[in-house]
Amino acid sequence: MTEQQTGAPERLRRTMMFVPGNNPGMIKDAGIYGADSIMFDLEDSVSLPQKDAARMLVFEALQNVDFGSAELVCRINDLHSEFGRADVFAVVRAGIDVIRLPKTETAQDIIDVEQVIVEAEEYFGIPLGSTRMMAAIESARGVLNAPEIARSSTRLIGIALGAEDYVTDMKTHRYPDGQELFFARSMILHAARAAGIAAFDTVYSDVENEEGFRHEVELIHELGFDGKSCINPRQIPIVNEIYRPSAKEITHAEQVLAAIEEARAKGSGVISLHGKMVDKPVVARAERTMRLAAAANATI
Amino acid sequence: MENEIGHNIPDSLLKETGHRPFTGEEIVDTEVHWTGPTVHIGHKHGSKLCASIHDAIVATGLRDGMTISFHHHFREGDHVFGLVMREIMAMGIQDLTLAPSSLTNVMNDVVIDAVRAGTVTRITSSGMRGTLGEFVSHGGMREPVIFRSHGGRARAIEEGDIRIDVAFLGVPSSDEMGNANGTHGKAVFGSLGYALMDARYANQVVLLTDDLVEYPNTPASINETEVDYVVTVPSVGDPDKIGTGATRFTKDPKELKIARMVNAVITGSEQFHDGFSFQTGSGGAALAVNRYLAQSMRDAGITASFALGGITTPTVQLLNEGLVHRILDVQDFDKGSASSMAAEEGQQEIDASWYADPHNRGAVVTNLDVAVLSALEIDTSFNVNVMTGSNGVIRGAIGGHQDAATARLTIISAPLVRGRIATVTSAVDTLVTPGSSVDVLVTEVGVAVNPARPELRERLTGVAGLPLTDIATLRDRALSIVGIPAPIQHGERTVALVEYRDGTLLDVIHDVA
Amino acid sequence: MKIEHSVLVGTLESSDVQITLSNGDGGVEVTLQSDVAAEYGDQITAVVRDVLAEYGIADAAVQVVDKGALDCTIRARMIAAVQRAIDAPHDPKWEVIAHD
Repeated sequence: MTEQQTGAPERLRRTMMFVPGNNPGMIKDAGIYGADSIMFDLEDSVSLPQKDAARMLVFEALQNVDFGSAELVCRINDLHSEFGRADVFAVVRAGIDVIRLPKTETAQDIIDVEQVIVEAEEYFGIPLGSTRMMAAIESARGVLNAPEIARSSTRLIGIALGAEDYVTDMKTHRYPDGQELFFARSMILHAARAAGIAAFDTVYSDVENEEGFRHEVELIHELGFDGKSCINPRQIPIVNEIYRPSAKEITHAEQVLAAIEEARAKGSGVISLHGKMVDKPVVARAERTMRLAAAANATI
Repeated sequence: MENEIGHNIPDSLLKETGHRPFTGEEIVDTEVHWTGPTVHIGHKHGSKLCASIHDAIVATGLRDGMTISFHHHFREGDHVFGLVMREIMAMGIQDLTLAPSSLTNVMNDVVIDAVRAGTVTRITSSGMRGTLGEFVSHGGMREPVIFRSHGGRARAIEEGDIRIDVAFLGVPSSDEMGNANGTHGKAVFGSLGYALMDARYANQVVLLTDDLVEYPNTPASINETEVDYVVTVPSVGDPDKIGTGATRFTKDPKELKIARMVNAVITGSEQFHDGFSFQTGSGGAALAVNRYLAQSMRDAGITASFALGGITTPTVQLLNEGLVHRILDVQDFDKGSASSMAAEEGQQEIDASWYADPHNRGAVVTNLDVAVLSALEIDTSFNVNVMTGSNGVIRGAIGGHQDAATARLTIISAPLVRGRIATVTSAVDTLVTPGSSVDVLVTEVGVAVNPARPELRERLTGVAGLPLTDIATLRDRALSIVGIPAPIQHGERTVALVEYRDGTLLDVIHDVA
Repeated sequence: MKIEHSVLVGTLESSDVQITLSNGDGGVEVTLQSDVAAEYGDQITAVVRDVLAEYGIADAAVQVVDKGALDCTIRARMIAAVQRAIDAPHDPKWEVIAHD
């Protein structure tokens, strides 16, 4: 079941920090920057001869390093490579929260990996379904299939745009205003929302360009993305700042929640605030605002 | 007797060295006597120029058993120390006490050679690093080295604990009578803060310069009333190595996070008020604190009465912006701040006594609101070690640590672990700054307030982004990451003494096998 | 299990460890180079020996150049080294390494 279906409070995923899987120095410190999710990468950031070494490093780190309350994600290699299967087994055994598939093009890609995850969970005696999944969509075909991909498995917590490969596929490149990604972002966002899962935006690779990064985060925040992929911890406070609710939003959310309490105390089924009826989406937004506000205060 | 961290300080040692044991950081209300230099008069007609370093040494009458001094303002670019020491060794002079303001790596080889040759038999310094630290820790000297803070050295000179017979002071610019400054010439370092003590109190003062200018040289930080001889040398220092290299804004995300937390502690404290004062030091993390603090000051409409200590260009920029009214400058860490001292009226050169001496009639640290300091190690009683490494070997300097730590709000900023070495421990290997001076420890995973400051903890509770914890929890967390280290294997031999700034004995450092 | 050929795993970056694993002369010999040898030398060597013992390798020469690695990093590098040395880099022996 998706998080929305279980009724559990939806997890905040403002930031997903990429950590190269073969870098012990970066792995051991990954938990201190307040990233909502940490993604250990076994794929593009690891050279072919080091795939095995990176896999064992992530395997050991997941079991021994304190990453705080962050959601732990691992980007595995393609199942068709000689690495993918061992990657799945290693991180499932190490208790990863989420396995991220790179370059997802069809729903079948998800189903194939899910099958290996099931094998691994059975092999290690881990409750079936413990390992969640997410998919990175990085091609025109993947974007057009996004709605099916987003609905392909109950293990899916979200889908993400991987723009670097996507713009190459589209015969363009990244631009500061993001026009080239407008369709892909909209498509992925709609597919995610329709399926009730999270939507993540792509990385911004020019770490030194703080202004450009800020501009892009403001854009995807407006669009409605859950969060942004970060390639450097320095990007995290900027995302958190942009996702921090305004004082006005917080006041409103507090009033909404107070109105709910009041209605509950009165035993009334109808909730109203300032004479307007408070319906379910307003409540959900108020709750999310309060979670964002609390999270914004927790890190610096 | 046992000191605060359980190290045995034998009474026989105290008797031998004449030290009183450390009892607390309070300065008692009493009188002290200062010593003045013996001044050679009547033979200075016209020029004080000597043809060579050799001639200058001969002229001073330097002989066995005397005390000589140097300053460390040229840092790793220093040429003067080697030139002078090699000449003294060549002359066969023995049994000298070496009393520089500090020792940098570039001096190490010469010092070790001089000790092996018997030229130097005693050393007092702010600190030492690298091969010299190893040499001393492994028992290379018969007499223990005495480590003093910058303020402690000023006090020791004034009270006669250090009596300098001859000071050899390199200056970027001088005339032939000895009017000199650190802001003009080829190898400028700005404030002559530490050297001013030597100029004032040494019995004889020899200036070495590579830029001899027309008499009278102004501005004059050292002046002719204090100088006996002037020698020209081809180069006093390498300008490219004078800057510490620690003046670039850090990009290290961990340092930046710690800096944001330090700033949140400062701005959350009662010390953050209009007209406050601060010392943030040098190094990438300190510069980051400076930048965040400056922004907080702009946002709050607050300005600072002064910034203190080692100065860098970003601090001078705060002066220019009007966020800081005055800089009290005992040393400069980069070229920009070094040369600006000549032009900026608000950038006042101060000597080590004015900076931090506990036994004068007024030192700036007494009025310091906020100090941000580092630590190699800090223990659960907030005692700080900046002197010996995790293997027990000497590799640091007290600098102004003890002095600035007397600030109203003293923040130690340090990563929880470095590599595989825990910063927070149960007991420091060497006690340098007593925990009673320290108010807060900021690490990347949490902030611990000294239990002696409950009102500060109260104030900081609820400040956004400041996870308050206690220091034992931080220690446990550090150890859970790195594992329990094997204890340091110190020998029985005392290789160094650590004085508190008031001259009492804080700790002894033993040899390492 | 037997070492088929010499392998090198890990880097000389800070917080990493570089391990060279080869056949020994009828026993396990570990040489260690580390800035924290005084504090953690015994512990580092123990991790290396533990992994070899878990794989049942009784004959090995291990050169360890440590740059302040944590135990889990040393263990990960050792496991990768053994898996390479037995020619099974992508077929980890889960029954050996996946225990609690």
